[in-house]
Amino acid sequence: MKKQQKLGKLVVNIVLFIICALWTIPTLGLLVSSVRTRDDILSSGWWKFLPHREWVAEREIALPEDTNLKEAITVEGFTTDDDTLQLGFEAGNGTRYQWVNRRERTVAVQGQEWVIFPKLTFANYSNVLTGKEYTYNNPDGTTKTEKGTDMSSAFLNSVAVAIPSTVIPILIAAFAAYGFAWMKFPGRKALFVIVVALLVVPLQLALIPVLKDYVNLKLNGTYLAVWLAHTGFGLPLAIYLLFNYISTIPRDIFESAFIDGASHFTIFTKLVLPLSVPALASFAIFQFMWVWNDYLVALVFIGSKPDVQVMTMRLAEMVGSRGQDWHVLTAGAFISMLLPLAVFFALQRYFVRGLMAGSVKG
Amino acid sequence: MQTLTKTKKASPLVWLGANGLRILVSIAVPVITFMVMRWGFMFLRDSEAPKLVIALVAIIWGVGGVAVLYLLMNWVVEQLPTDWTRRVQPFVFIGPAMAILTWFLLIPTVRTLYLSVMNRNSTEFVGLSNYIAAFTERAMIESFRNNLLWILVGTSACVILGLLIAILADRSSFETVAKSLIFLPMAISFVGAGVIWRFIYYYRPANLTQIGLLNAVIVGLGGEPQAWTTLIQPWNNLFLILAGVWLQTGFAMVVFSSALKGVPEDLLEAARVDGANEIQIFFGIIIPQIKGTIITVTTTIVIFFLKIFDIVIVMTGGQYGTEVIGTQFYRQFFSNRNFGYGSAIAILLLIAVIPIMIYNLRQFGEREAF
Repeated sequence: MKKQQKLGKLVVNIVLFIICALWTIPTLGLLVSSVRTRDDILSSGWWKFLPHREWVAEREIALPEDTNLKEAITVEGFTTDDDTLQLGFEAGNGTRYQWVNRRERTVAVQGQEWVIFPKLTFANYSNVLTGKEYTYNNPDGTTKTEKGTDMSSAFLNSVAVAIPSTVIPILIAAFAAYGFAWMKFPGRKALFVIVVALLVVPLQLALIPVLKDYVNLKLNGTYLAVWLAHTGFGLPLAIYLLFNYISTIPRDIFESAFIDGASHFTIFTKLVLPLSVPALASFAIFQFMWVWNDYLVALVFIGSKPDVQVMTMRLAEMVGSRGQDWHVLTAGAFISMLLPLAVFFALQRYFVRGLMAGSVKG
Repeated sequence: MQTLTKTKKASPLVWLGANGLRILVSIAVPVITFMVMRWGFMFLRDSEAPKLVIALVAIIWGVGGVAVLYLLMNWVVEQLPTDWTRRVQPFVFIGPAMAILTWFLLIPTVRTLYLSVMNRNSTEFVGLSNYIAAFTERAMIESFRNNLLWILVGTSACVILGLLIAILADRSSFETVAKSLIFLPMAISFVGAGVIWRFIYYYRPANLTQIGLLNAVIVGLGGEPQAWTTLIQPWNNLFLILAGVWLQTGFAMVVFSSALKGVPEDLLEAARVDGANEIQIFFGIIIPQIKGTIITVTTTIVIFFLKIFDIVIVMTGGQYGTEVIGTQFYRQFFSNRNFGYGSAIAILLLIAVIPIMIYNLRQFGEREAF
């Protein structure tokens, strides 16, 4: 019986380990690719960062300058052609021939060697972060110049959008949650029912009417516009979540505070806010992730103003314009996940709690 | 109460004399605050200052501004006679929230409903023809089909995998690490995930080295490389759905995991003593015990996949027969500028979530706290 249990546990561990590995590989691939050089990314898969045998140039030979690229080419007695030499021609005796510079007709003679330590670089990151120009050498002797994507300004924009878009709804929702939980006023119940109903309303519904208002108010493309939109779309969940928490604070606390002559406002700022920190944090992290990773709202409300662009927009734009340039795409994508991943690992527990409560939301 | 009766007895002029300064200050303070806020807004909109400065000012202005507004409103309200303070104060607390909800969700719903029965630039009433078009046009029918695929395949994959992983993690020796790893994609944006999966599906002609993981595996096993996301339609949708499942399973897993912890241990123990095997326990005890959670998780993921947008836009741009309702909506609104049609699609999304809204409301009614 005991042996069987041990075996069962082993099977569980192995299966789970495989699933976890499968789940992690996509992110790992991105991370590894982002620190490989452009040449490496284009010539081999990212898994080649593990120790493996690789073709390494041993010497260079120059072919006659009048070699015709359109005909068969003879290299050290082997016959091949231009296309094969671009990819690398394997001669069968453990050597491979590949162009170093096609125009000058120089060929590298390569042999297989073990590569233990991969070549790593941060050039991709500096490329996407700054707006400088970068030049790369292609295998056929041509060079390629590309301009950096200046992601650092998009990063700052994301920060400037995400932090107020997190704090503002929390503040407004905390006030409202307190009002609903502990104050008497006509229509209290009806208003709260509206809040609960709005939890699942798809935000697509609001985009056009709000966009029209923004155009009229000349708010489009400003930080304020995005903050307000995220506040509006995040409020129902925030109120609901904070209400659930604030309404369970024991009544005695309030009564003794009132007897001491405290006003609602004092009770709220001095008592309720400090007591609600766990709930506030849960929602804060949830909302922060949501806003940071949002694409649709940003696209609609800042779309017209490139200098206010956030990370997700810049990244999506890069996918559209340079979908094959994996060295910048991977670095850009990783930069865009840096902050949420840090927040996630630091405050995982709160995030999970926010998500659980968020499961009532649409 | 006392102050109120006193002021009523005194003549208006005397009252004004006594309170004039107070009223003046009550008006001046909000006006000055408003001007400072406006100056901040102008600075943010027009300034050429370095990005870092602008970002910092924006954060301080935005967060501080809201805090100041509340302080100010409360201060003004507390200047009122106590009786009025008590009556008005609740609206200081809930007013801003309700105002924003009305502006951003309540009124737009009504306006979108109105736009959906108008023509493309909202000048003429066209009845239900936008809705009829939405159900008859080929592109829309294709979107419905794809969305259905997302909802059916994606949701069941998320729920089943989430449950499986939660159970495995519960019995494994590295629960926390495993849960973090599965959950990690939740922190990644859909755009970022789109890049990750595009890279995995990346296709190169057969004579080149494959640098996309999936094609490298296929070639390694002796197969032909495929362009997965443009492949035989509609099966290419499944490869987009896989990316969605990768993102969302963590959510299902975490919620299930905490539900599993709530299943009473003695119930499981009793079943084991009675000789039930693990599979019988799973279907006979665990599933019925966490049925409520399964329903919640399923509806959440259904809504999520119903509104799916970013993944599709980044991975295929809606081409190759991968269009979904979310991307159709966006296309109608922003590319075709057909406001009527786009609004009708948005209303369809709303209609699809109404049952869940009713369910939420009923739940809330049952739980009645006040």
